[in-house]
Formats: sequence, structure tokens, C-alpha cells
Amino acid sequence: MSVNVPSDVEITPGDSRFLYYSTLRQFIYFRSGRISPNMFQTVALSGSRGERQLFSDVSVTVKPGTLLAVVGENGSGKTSFLRMLCGLLSPDRGTILWEGKDIRQLKELYSAQLTYVGHLNGIKDELTPVENLTVSACLAGDECAGGAVPKALEAVGLARPVHRLPTRVLSQGQKRRVALARLWLSTRPLWLLDEPFASLDVTATNYLTQRLHAHLSHGGMVVVATHQDIAIPPDFVQQLRLTR
Amino acid sequence: MSQPSMSEALRGVVRRDLLLAMRHRSDVAMSVFFVVIVASLFPLGVGPEPAVLRMIASGVLWVTALLACLLSLGRLFTADYLDGVLEQTLLIPQPLAVLVVGKVFSHWVISGLPVVLLSPLLGLQFGLSGDSLVVLTLSLLLGTPTLSMIGAIGAALTLGLRGSGLLVALLVLPLFIPVLIFGAGAVTNSLAGVGSEANLSLLGACFLLSLAFAPWATAVALRIALE
Repeated sequence: MSVNVPSDVEITPGDSRFLYYSTLRQFIYFRSGRISPNMFQTVALSGSRGERQLFSDVSVTVKPGTLLAVVGENGSGKTSFLRMLCGLLSPDRGTILWEGKDIRQLKELYSAQLTYVGHLNGIKDELTPVENLTVSACLAGDECAGGAVPKALEAVGLARPVHRLPTRVLSQGQKRRVALARLWLSTRPLWLLDEPFASLDVTATNYLTQRLHAHLSHGGMVVVATHQDIAIPPDFVQQLRLTR
Repeated sequence: MSQPSMSEALRGVVRRDLLLAMRHRSDVAMSVFFVVIVASLFPLGVGPEPAVLRMIASGVLWVTALLACLLSLGRLFTADYLDGVLEQTLLIPQPLAVLVVGKVFSHWVISGLPVVLLSPLLGLQFGLSGDSLVVLTLSLLLGTPTLSMIGAIGAALTLGLRGSGLLVALLVLPLFIPVLIFGAGAVTNSLAGVGSEANLSLLGACFLLSLAFAPWATAVALRIALE
């Protein structure tokens, strides 16, 4: 498990040698047989928003049963990094590999491997929590029939009476819980979570931590952008600090 | 790991959008009233001369349908973009173009279909009768889905931009012109006693063409908008 950020070679993206080194690094990764099945990795990933360079040359490997905590100050590019891992944002340079294959080539096959809970909740204010979760789980191909949805909502600490209210009238924390309830239905190996603990209370934080722990114990992979410590045994966790 | 089939995903998108429309019935009602009011303003302004009204009927009703489609385009992707649903839609393991077809279909059901259903009534107001009423309804039935398809491209291209409402009008109104010409032409021809099949066939061709290209172009534009 290697986290080498910033890069061990002292060059900047503007440097003409940069392309050479990042290509070389990709080549070494491919050749050295470090790509094992069911593994998620980024190779020499660089990203920017507009003119601003966010991070450069991030190479990190996430093995089954590990949680990658992406940390960094505000504006360091955690959200952009996660969106890049989803394939929503294309990196300036570098590659993201799922089981050794470029995610840009895998397209929908890769989307079928991940569950993403972003900074935005991705739920409709007009629909009830049950409707929201049913629709999003069905669309994602997760279990959405029968009692699975109410059970997931209860697991995240939303009591039955809340299930039939429009999401509009719920609090921020409750809306976040509705969005996170998808994790109780998801059977995908890779979870990408952007600030999942934001606006959650202590109880909900505990529920979520337990759920993450269970997922990791079953060989799942989690990438979390977060500011706070996650109460998961350190042998499951690796940290990636984004710096410019 | 289960993956939704293409038709399941399509149905899921349509179901959600129609459910949302049911919760926002006032939005649907407003676009219906808009059509009725705009179409009623012309006889008031132009005067009650039956020959004149019959002459302008097809043009007026078609432009009204165009404007009604344009007004509701803002709703197509904006809400999904703001609440993060669009982001999740892009991650559904099915081709985005297929999901776009679902969204466009729901948009048509909400904004285009009411116009089609109302058109015989509005046509009567302009003194159209018999065959020309049927042709008017048929031309709108064939044409309004094309308007939704083309409109979706514009809506996706201007997503997240300031003043996107006006920009989308400038972008898509010129693209609506062929549909307007063939649609209005069908009714005019039928009034003149000339066959309207040619115009209707062209409208059908426009629809098929837009069905082939618009979802794909919209999908690309959406991916760019979310970058």
C-alpha cells in the first residue's frame, strides 16, 4: 500500500520533464505487476479547477478491505478528487484503474461497481424518503423491492413516521441520512463518499461507522473525503493528504 | 451484482419525473393555461374575421406550442442539477443517452401532450374544422416530441449558466424552424385542399432524426456541464 504524495521526483506539471516522468511511472506500474485483481488505483493523477492546480501526481492504491481517507484543507481538491474517481470529472493527467483497466474504457461497467454519495444529497425534496430511496436504488440496480427500503431507512435511524413525509420538511441531518441509507442497500465493492459525516449527529455517525466497518470486513473498498477522524481500526485505514 | 436493464432504468427515470410532476401539478396546469391564453389573445387582437383567423390558425397554434415547450425547458435538468440527482443519473450503469430519452419523454408528457390534447379545442376557436383539425392534432403529435428532443440539447448546453433561460431560447428557437414550417404547412395545405401527407412525413422524419441524435448530443452536453 503506497501513498506517495507529493511526488518523490521534484518536478512541477509545467516542467517539460513532467510528462516524461509521469508516463514512465505509469509504465513502471503496468510492468511491475502491482495491479492485482479487484484493486482500485490512481496513477500520477493531476487535477485542476479552471486555472488553479489542485493536486498533482497522486498515485494511490486501494486494496479490498481498506478505507482511504482523503484529507486536506478547504479547497485542496477533495471533492474534485472524488468526482474524478467516479469518472464525473476528467483528470488533467494520469489514469484511474479499476482491476488494472482504465475507467474511461470501462464506462458503465465501472459505474456498476461503485456507489457515490456526493456533497449534494441527490434526493428530491418533493418525494418521501421511501420514494427517493426506492427510485435511486432501483436505478442503481440495488435491492429496492419490498421491505428492503424501509429497513435501510430504519438502519440509518429514521423512524417509520418519517418515511412518509416529503423530504422537504426534514432537517439537514435527516436528509443526509436518507442519502446515506443507500449504503445499506448497496452491494457494490467501491464506495466513494464525500463528507459523509457532515451534519450527522453522534448516533448517525456511529451507525455509519459501523456500516463502513462491516463493508470493509467483507472486502469492500471505501474512499472518504473527510475532516474528522473515523472510528475504524487503523489497520483498515490509509490516509491521503492532498497538497498542491 | 445486479444491474438494472435498460428498460428498467428508462422506466425508473420516467416514473420519477412523472411522480414529481404529480407533486407539482400547478406547473403543468400553468403551461396549459399559458397555451390557452396565448392562443386566445390572437382572435382578440386580430379581430373576429373568420377567414383571417383560419389563415393564421396553424401559425399561431404552432408558435404557441413552441413557446410552451420553451417555457418548460428550464425545468428539464436544472432541478436535478441543483439537488445532485443529475450527478447520480450520470453514474447509473446504463448509457446516459437512454436515460436522457426517459427524461425527454416525461418532459413531453408534461408539456407537449397537453398541447396536443387541447389543440382540437383551440383549433375550433380559430374556425378550423373537420380534416384540418385532425391534421393539426396529428402534426402537433408528431412535432412536439421533436421540440422536446431539440430543446433538451439546448437545456443541457446552458445548464448552470447565468441567464440560461434567454440563452436557451436563442439557441433552440432557430432549430425549431423546420418543425414549425412543416407543422404549420401541413395545416395550411389541408385547408387549401392539397394533401398534407408530405408535410406530416417530413415531421416524422424530423422526429426520427432528432431521436437518433438529440439524446446522444444531450448526454455529451450534460457530461460537460457537470465537469
